[in-house]
Amino acid sequence: MDRLDRRGFLSCMAWTGSALVWTSAGGVLASRTLRAAEAAEPASGGFSFVQVSDTHIGFKGQANGDAAATLQQLLDRINALRPAPAFVIHTGDQTHGQKAGAFDTIAQMLKTVKTERVFYVPGEHDVFLDGGTEYLSRYGKGTVGGRGWQSFDYKGTHFVGLVNVLKYKGEGMGALGQDQIEWLEKDLAPLGASTPIVVFAHVPLWAVYPQWGWVTEDGERALSSLKRFGSVTVLNGHIHQVLTKVEGNVRFHTAMSTAFPQPAPGAAPAPGPMKIAETDARRMIGVTEVTLVQSTEPLAIVDSILG
Amino acid sequence: MKKPETVLVGLVLAASGALALGSSVAAVGRSADVGIKEFKFAPAALQVSTGTTVRWTNHDEETHTITSTTGAFASRGLGSDETFAQTFTRPGAYQYFCALHPQMRATVIVK
Repeated sequence: MDRLDRRGFLSCMAWTGSALVWTSAGGVLASRTLRAAEAAEPASGGFSFVQVSDTHIGFKGQANGDAAATLQQLLDRINALRPAPAFVIHTGDQTHGQKAGAFDTIAQMLKTVKTERVFYVPGEHDVFLDGGTEYLSRYGKGTVGGRGWQSFDYKGTHFVGLVNVLKYKGEGMGALGQDQIEWLEKDLAPLGASTPIVVFAHVPLWAVYPQWGWVTEDGERALSSLKRFGSVTVLNGHIHQVLTKVEGNVRFHTAMSTAFPQPAPGAAPAPGPMKIAETDARRMIGVTEVTLVQSTEPLAIVDSILG
Repeated sequence: MKKPETVLVGLVLAASGALALGSSVAAVGRSADVGIKEFKFAPAALQVSTGTTVRWTNHDEETHTITSTTGAFASRGLGSDETFAQTFTRPGAYQYFCALHPQMRATVIVK
């Protein structure tokens, strides 16, 4: 896999020229060029949704002078999608360190997205100051016990949003906790093994790079309850780059940030924002679009960059 | 923005520490610095005498915090070049970490 692929400079629709579309068949990833994907007939009965992650509103630095501006550009592109995405999932770090006013700013921005609904899970930047009080006051409604996690069904696919940043303090990594894992097991229990499952959470549920905290301590326990399903897609954020992995019927995917890229695991002394030329940075920030062609088919995941 | 309770505690402690500096309790006004760079506290183990004010400066572009493992003190998120100060009026080993990157851990030992 060349560097372009590895970084996941996958793009779709008419957004950019450098594009690959990933599809999965029997657990094997295959890629198509953008042109081939555009040429494909739109499937009937399918739907698509967009994953937005790590918007870090309030961040200002060499890696990005205005995180709200790059998000707005990506929102404009989401609003140009035809058909419009069924919904948008934000996989956390809406704000940069709960900067004052950041929640309000992004709430106003996401109101402009042409979609039915936006679903949220928190990132550690959204909850570390106050243990999630403000986040849950805004987004806890309708979640399990008001604690931020939830599930819903859409056209035959079961979606699960998990919270793995509220047990963050002092434990060295993300964690779900006993309550949430037990809830997940009960939530999945009545579902047939052929039900497509999409799980989303902020910190990767798989061990991407524990040295940098890019892991969920008890993620394996959650994943073990997903093993019996034929099609599982796990969407995470946190690491500001696209990484994919296939393990059995489970496909893992991390999204780019809309604000700034972070280095590949172990490729730098520390996982700080990458200070790179703006033209390069724009190829390393973006959003993920997921298309479900038919309810029994694997999901097609497409990452779209800004540049 | 709502001020979370833990941070308020940290600020109150910092404020009372600063007041103590002006009194006879810790009139010496000793100070020590800890830098934050590339996701590390340096020095990772700092030894100071009672009454010392420790000042942390974040040299990273990424936001970091100084958060006590026991809740004794906690900074807000420090952006690049921002600082946080804490005065230690009682002996002990004070472990802390970054709440955003909990793999970052260090200790202040007060004698």
